[in-house]
Parts: sequence; C-alpha cells; structure tokens
Amino acid sequence: MLNLETAQSPQKLRRVAIEPVSRVEGHGKVTILLDAENRIHQVRLHIVEFRGFEVFIQGRPYWEVPIAVQRLCGICPVSHLIAATKAMDVIAGFGPLTPTAEKLRRLLHYGQIVQSHALHFFHLSSPDLLFGFESEVAKRNIIGVAAAFPDLAKQGVLTRKFGQEIIAHIAGKRIHGTGVIPGGVNKPLSVADRDSMRAGIDQIVDWSKAAVGLVIQLHETNPDFYRTFGESRANMMGLVDRRGALDFYHGGLRARDADGGPIFDQIDYATYRNVLQEDVKNWSYMKFPHIKTLGADKGWYRVGPLARVQVCDVMPTPLAEAERRTFLNAGGGKPLHGALMYHWARMIEMLHSAELARELLDDPDIVGTDLMADKGPRREEGVGVIEAPRGTLFHHYRADDNDLVSYCNLIVSTTNNNQAMNESIRAVASRYLSGRELTEGLLNHIEVAIRAYDPCLSCATHALGQMPLEVDLIDADGTLVSRARKG
Amino acid sequence: MRLVVFGWGNDARGDDGLGPLLLDRVRRAAWPDVTTVEDFQLQIEHALDLDGAEAALFVDAGRDTPAPFAFAEIRPERGESHTTHALAPEAVLDVYTRSLRRPPPPAFTLSMRGERFELGEGLSPEAADRLEVAWDFLQRLMGERSVEDWRRKAGRPAR
Repeated sequence: MLNLETAQSPQKLRRVAIEPVSRVEGHGKVTILLDAENRIHQVRLHIVEFRGFEVFIQGRPYWEVPIAVQRLCGICPVSHLIAATKAMDVIAGFGPLTPTAEKLRRLLHYGQIVQSHALHFFHLSSPDLLFGFESEVAKRNIIGVAAAFPDLAKQGVLTRKFGQEIIAHIAGKRIHGTGVIPGGVNKPLSVADRDSMRAGIDQIVDWSKAAVGLVIQLHETNPDFYRTFGESRANMMGLVDRRGALDFYHGGLRARDADGGPIFDQIDYATYRNVLQEDVKNWSYMKFPHIKTLGADKGWYRVGPLARVQVCDVMPTPLAEAERRTFLNAGGGKPLHGALMYHWARMIEMLHSAELARELLDDPDIVGTDLMADKGPRREEGVGVIEAPRGTLFHHYRADDNDLVSYCNLIVSTTNNNQAMNESIRAVASRYLSGRELTEGLLNHIEVAIRAYDPCLSCATHALGQMPLEVDLIDADGTLVSRARKG
Repeated sequence: MRLVVFGWGNDARGDDGLGPLLLDRVRRAAWPDVTTVEDFQLQIEHALDLDGAEAALFVDAGRDTPAPFAFAEIRPERGESHTTHALAPEAVLDVYTRSLRRPPPPAFTLSMRGERFELGEGLSPEAADRLEVAWDFLQRLMGERSVEDWRRKAGRPAR
C-alpha cells in the first residue's frame, strides 16, 4: 500500500483535480497534490455526492424494491434487479427456486455480463489499448476504433446488442423489466425466443474467444507494462460454488490474500457482516469496506473480473477455463494485480458467460413452465448477493410488519473496490506522473487505471446518469490556473 | 417517413423523466411508421435502432437548455468518454456512420428544460408545463412529418 493517501503538509502543495461533473448523478473526482517539482504527495479518488437510494427506498413496500432498484444504474439495472430479488425471495418467505426459474435468472444474468463486458472492452478500453495512452485524444475513443478497426467495432456493438436481446426476452424489455419477481420469474421463455437466441449464441462465443485473443496479442506487445501498470497488491474476493468454481449467480464468499493464500471460504453471504466491515473517511462519501479480521489497513480487497478469475479454482466451461489457465501462467504462479489485467480477465469472463448462456439455451428446462417456488412464512430480513459485471454486489433489506422497507444497505462493486482503485491510481501517479510536467496524455494514465475498473459512480452514489470529466489545475494559493473539460 | 423516436432518462429523478414521459405519449398516439425506443441512457447499440429509419428524433430533459424546450437538427460528432455510462445523440449517429459505413438518417433533438433532478423527486411544476408545450409542438411536427419542415422549425425559439 503506497503512502499517498494523505500528504504531510498539503497547504504547501499544488492541487490538480480530475473532476467528473454531471447533470443528474453522482460526482467523482481525482485530486493530486504536487510540490513545486511536480512530485506527487497525495492522490485520492473521491465521491463527493451523498448517496440517496438507501433512504429513498425506506418506507416503500418490499415488493416494489426489485423494480425501484433498476433506477440505480443505467448500465447494470439487471444486476440490481437480480440481487434485490434474491433478497426479497428471502423476505417474502419463498423456498428454493424451481429449476426453470433459476435457469432463466441465470441466463438473464449471463446476458447482462456479456453486454456490460462487451461495452466496457470495445467501447471504453480498447481505444487506449489499441492506440496508446498518449495517442491523439480525438482518435482515442470508440469512434476512432470504428474507423481503424471497423470489424472489431461492429463486433462490439453486436455483442452488446445480443446481451441486450437476452435481457429483453427474459425481463420483458430492455429496461423496467418485470420478468424476475420474488419467488421466481413471471413468464416462461417461448420456444421461438429460445431458438432465436440459440441461433446467434455460437457467433457470440466465437467473437468472445477472439476478444480474449486480441487482449493477449496486446499484452504480448509489452508484457511487463501490462502486468505492472496500476499494480496494487490486494486481497481478492468473489463468490464460488461448493466445489470452488466461479459462480456469477450464487455461492459462498471466498477471499484470498495477495499471494493467493486463503483468508475465508464458503461464507454464507447473509452473514457478510461477520467478515466485512464498512468504514467511512472524511474525504469521500463512498464507504471503505475491508475484511474485519485484517483491519482497515491490510483488509481492503479487490472484486470483479481480476479477483474472480484468481479466487476461483475453476471456471466451469471449457473454453474459458483454458483461457484462465493461460492467464494464470502469465503470473508465473503468483496472482496478478495490475489494473490492465482486468481487461484480460474481463474478456475471459465474457467468453465464460457466452458459453454458460449456450449451455442454458440447450437445456430443456429453460423453456419449462414451472416458474414459482413454494411460499412459507414472511421473514423480517433478507440479503441477496451476486457477482455483477464489476464485482460482488450486496443488497440487504429489512421489512416491517406493514411490509414496508425499514432498512436498506447496499455494497456495490465500486464500493468494494474503493481502496483498490485508490491504490491503483496512486501507483500510476507515483510511477508515471511524479516529477514530470503534467500533460493530457499523462493525466490519461490515471483515467486508464480508473477505466480498468470502470467505477460506476451512479451505483456508488446510488444515482444515475453520465459522467463527463473536468480537469482543474489549481496552484498552491488556490487559484485556478487552467481547466479542461470533455465528455 | 419512417421515424424512430428515442426517449431517455430516469423517472425516479424528478425532471429527468421528461424524455420517457413524452415518449410514452408518442407511443400511445400510435402514429403509423413510428418506432419508439426508451432507455436510461444512450449507448452504442442504439445506433442499430437507427437502421431502416428515414429520420430520428431524440427527446430528453436538459438542465441548461432554453425553456421550455429546444428543437435542433444534429449531425454525427465524435464523442469522448472516460466511462461506459452514456453517449450523446451525436455520438450515436457517429457510431452508426462508422459501424454501418453509411450516413445516418436526418436526426433531431427535442430537449425539454428540467429544473430538479434529485432522487425520489416528482416532476417539477415548470417541467410539467414544458411537457405540455413540447407535446403540442411534437404533435404539430408529426402533422407535417417531413424532414424539410422539421429543418425549417429547427433552431427557432420555442413558442
């Protein structure tokens, strides 16, 4: 852990702020404190808007929650829908889901991961990777990718579109879907819809495999750089099934340390508070969770693709598992912690999700009609956890005797990654920026590290919207020297 | 004229729901040859929704747009983003151009000015009035429904 969280004498330092400002949603910014020689003394990723969803949802009927939470995030509403509904399965008193209901939820979830990962890689990350971090800024975007690599860009658009179609078939529509309800799902999948998806899934598997190949090609151009950029040695956490295999939809919590050693395993996620603690810091509204037994300084952890592929013992589909083995070999037997390794892991997960979706589309249960679980007595409290595209997502609720939500706590992927993101940008600032005159290209190095995680500030602040970026350079007297804005 | 109308925003955040509210009226009007697309945010795959359309209309809430609304023609424009979270309508047109290698259909934005965007808020009284004014204007647009007429109307202050 780099000691760049708090400078010793901040009043003597220059301050650079990389600040997303926004019309309707959560505000995040990066601040960097520099001395006269441009040496870095402090780097922080802040969330500066108070999150409101947990208060907003209190007092509403618990059965409204799965619909209401979809307003949290425009990118992963399905993840919130599924996690919240899993919690409401418990509160409403339902027993185990029927095989068809669980498989439909899983297919929905895999469609969500495919669309989110495709968007992340093709739209957001590939421009930096294909053109270079300091390449012409006007070209360094998806449009530039489309111009230089039109087939790749088209694959990205169509892969995301396919994921969205899975969502529309199961949830009823792209947004505000109601297909998933406490106790199961509310409509079967038609044979025609299943056949439509089955006809396209082989192509998505092939494109996903090619995307893994592209990341490997890029990595091979400069392995040391890819392995070490934004590197922060972190504990890792994710859900695994009883065999230790990665499971995006359900499982026990497993954490490993930065060397891959065990911290805990098969923890019932309903008892997450026995192993995790959320702290606050006076410079950010986003909480800082950590593993209780290790304390705040040593217990922070990483979630999401880079953690998941290294926490699990196996990915239970053949193509993805073969790619995971190749990925692990790149670490020479040690876990990988570089921020850019997220992209490689993310494409392996996209391949895994596409393979899982194909398996489900070949499973006769997927067009079954037994959709609802048996119902028992109502319960006061429920926790739902899934592996969302960006990482582990916790939804925790209590409902009072009038069926109204009396308590809500969400730990979203971005919150789980809070300290890890801070450490990654500190590593980048320390290695690439310190002592140099800051340029757009150098500041983009910070953004590249942030983009590797793609923090959902909407989710983290429990709001929704877009995140343009503003960079302020402020001198030691607090005078604004320059301002650049994009997005 | 085959028209695709996009409406986006978050109806849980006050006036940000203006776009979906106006889109809902378009949907209920059931005009022939009109397709509606609602989403929280614009994304790259919306470029594919433009395919086959002879014109596109993007309806949205804006914080800094003139009141009661602004109607303008837009063209493809390269956008930059540091997250995956949203595209501007101009960037959607550009994704279309680059991905499908042909120019997009003529496209227009109808941006209604909003005042309050906080989570859990309802529509502000000002926004509710502007929704009615914009709806009147949109019905007149649909009465003519020609690109030439829309171009004449684009850019003029709303009355």
